[in-house]
Amino acid sequence: MSEPILSLRGVNKSFGPVHVLHDIDFTVRAGEVTALVGDNGAGKSTLVKCIAGIHPVDSGEILFDGKPVHIHGPRDAAALGIEVVYQDLALADNLDVVQNMFLGRERLSGFLLDEAEMELAARRTLASLSVRTVKSVRTPVSSLSGGQRQTVAIAKAVLWDSKVVLLDEPTAALGVAQTRQVLDLVRRLAEQGLGVVLISHNMNDVLEVSDRIATLYLGRMAAELPTRELNHSQVVELITAGRSGDLGLARPDVVTI
Amino acid sequence: MTESPTQPAGPKPTEPTPADSGPVAEALEAHAAADTAITDFGIDTTSRTTYEAIGDYWNRLRGGELGAVPALLGLTVLVVIFAIASGDFVSINNLANLLQQGAGPMIIAMGIVPVLLLGEIDLSAGTASGVAATLLALHFRDHGNLLGAMGDSMFYGFVVGLVLAALLAALLRLWIGVVGSLGAVAVLLLGVPANPYLEMLLAILVGVGIGCFTGFLVAKVGIPSFVVTLGLFIAWYGVILQLIGAAGTVSVRQSDVLFNVANDSLSVVGSWILFVVACGGYAAVVGLRHAARLRKGLVAQPTPLVLAKIVGVVVLGAVATWLLTLNRSPNPALTDISGVPYVVPIVLVLFVVGTFVLDRTRYGRHIYAVGGNTEAARRAGVNVPKIRMSVFIICSAVAAIGAIVYTSKVGSVDGNAGNGNTLLFAVGAAVIGGTSLFGGKGRVRDAVLGGLVLATVQNGLNLLGFQAAPVNIITGLVLLLAASVDALSRRRAAAR
Ligand SMILES: Nc1ncnc2c1ncn2[C@@H]1O[C@H](COP(=O)(O)OP(=O)(O)OP(=O)(O)O)[C@@H](O)[C@H]1O
Ligand SMILES: [Mg+2]
Repeated sequence: MSEPILSLRGVNKSFGPVHVLHDIDFTVRAGEVTALVGDNGAGKSTLVKCIAGIHPVDSGEILFDGKPVHIHGPRDAAALGIEVVYQDLALADNLDVVQNMFLGRERLSGFLLDEAEMELAARRTLASLSVRTVKSVRTPVSSLSGGQRQTVAIAKAVLWDSKVVLLDEPTAALGVAQTRQVLDLVRRLAEQGLGVVLISHNMNDVLEVSDRIATLYLGRMAAELPTRELNHSQVVELITAGRSGDLGLARPDVVTI
Repeated sequence: MTESPTQPAGPKPTEPTPADSGPVAEALEAHAAADTAITDFGIDTTSRTTYEAIGDYWNRLRGGELGAVPALLGLTVLVVIFAIASGDFVSINNLANLLQQGAGPMIIAMGIVPVLLLGEIDLSAGTASGVAATLLALHFRDHGNLLGAMGDSMFYGFVVGLVLAALLAALLRLWIGVVGSLGAVAVLLLGVPANPYLEMLLAILVGVGIGCFTGFLVAKVGIPSFVVTLGLFIAWYGVILQLIGAAGTVSVRQSDVLFNVANDSLSVVGSWILFVVACGGYAAVVGLRHAARLRKGLVAQPTPLVLAKIVGVVVLGAVATWLLTLNRSPNPALTDISGVPYVVPIVLVLFVVGTFVLDRTRYGRHIYAVGGNTEAARRAGVNVPKIRMSVFIICSAVAAIGAIVYTSKVGSVDGNAGNGNTLLFAVGAAVIGGTSLFGGKGRVRDAVLGGLVLATVQNGLNLLGFQAAPVNIITGLVLLLAASVDALSRRRAAAR
């Protein structure tokens, strides 16, 4: 078993009166794909946004490489080497593909933007992910299709030499071929030693590509188990009921939101 | 406005390096080697023929991205109509006059573009510019004794307010706001004798201080900019009334420097030097950049098109310079009035700097990003409150420059300085030029073109002997027309 690169201990998060995350323990290991599953509203995206520094956590600890860290904003997360592909796509419509991929981390030569460097780097990365017939990397994102945008968002995350990549339903808008490619990419990233977190509602994808499966049930971590110890129906039970046989929460029936 | 990178709290405070050599790149390259067939982005077209480029441009026009076309068309139509209707319109004297009248509102419009780019509005830019103009005029009239000119309560109110503005700017680490506000405090307190350059500087510094206030209330307190600036619009008007009085005027005519800003011109030699610097600079920047893009194999315009643009600008510039260096005095035998008006280089410098900042710097890129998708910008690590606050500082500082120009044009400041239509004309100019009020779309160029359209309408109608009533009605209709063209073209684009 490989080293934990990122771990959360007892993380809580509320939005006003709504307690969304309850004492979450969660570990991401280098070189492994950890699937994060759960029903709609279970808190998966919220967990990702807490790790990314978009939502501050109320309590609990985040360890990176074994050392406690404080992530106060997206810049801190990026500086640690944490990249996120968000479910609600985080692209600016009025900017072109290159501008979006380097947003917040533009390369400069002196005072000015180094457009040449950025355009070449963006094209190198995009060339290895498949997007159907986009005329130019200088196309504004507003004129891309949903799947093309998603690919740009993924390319944006893998452009940087990161250590942990979190993908929140990256294949939701993609066609068959592109889904295949994203899943392959997910595997390859893990093989290169990155910690990968994949959120998906597609159980076949999850079972195929992941090393471990973490199940959220109503904001609680129901189970975090190696994929080979689980089968399809067990995962589904964990997602829908919070337990399956001996696995999962002790008494999910007393859990309330 | 420099982005100071916040220190990450983590154990490895290094910026991540792009993945040119890291494991991600290896993963990608392995993949790219595996199936090189599907690389749609990789084969993207970096150069097109002139024919294709014109075709693309035509498609974009049909797609609703009209850019500068409506404003340019409108300007042409207006010039033709007025030229036919009034013999005086196409005189060189009137051309110079039109530029000098239009420059003030045009400059205020340029300042408001960054605010509009964020989808915000600054209704107070007009009266804020009036406050700057008032302080400029009072400093001049009372030989630097602002305490005497403003009265105790106003004077100390301003000092305290500007110090507070500096603190607010410091809170967001907008050092330009801190320096500007404290500079204004220094000029207020020092009581240096009247000096036209110092007075112009004072106006701009006061503008910076005012912008810190507006920006902080919008960016940090979170009040909608419409409300904040509506309140400040009224408040600044009150301040001007208090300082000058409803019927009062403060003249600046006695200062040659202050008066000449909008009423005098460069010498003939100076005009041609301006032409060489401006057009030569344009040709060099555009030409060199194009060559560099071609060399590196980046997306580039076709060379003939670039050359045509450069030639067009140089020829237009040469013709305009030549016309303006002819003697345009109504009495050529008695007086000699010639040369490019000073307002032209002033507008040009603001235009070039503004365009450069918006297009070529990280700060400008972040303005567009926040305007296009605030949440995306925030997630990408852009300091959104800082960007928000900074555009209001730019807006009122540039509005103060506009105030210097319009004050110079009339030679005095009165109780209505910057009030009334001033601000709405500026917004109108930007909109006519093609800037969107929803944010994310717009350029400094829009303010210049729109400002020219509005100045032409007003100047032409005045020459035709129209009174204020029809002038206002027609100006309003022109604005509506411009907005309708934009909206209709977009609807068409969406419907396709
Ligand atoms: N910004 C917010 N303010 C208030 N409540 C929020 C906010 N974001 C999320 N929530 C609430 O937190 C809960 C978890 O939401 P979250 O988006 O994390 O779910 P999810 O597991 O990602 O679901 P899905 O599978 O539908 O994407 C929901 O009940 C949601 O209403
Ligand atoms: Mg979600």
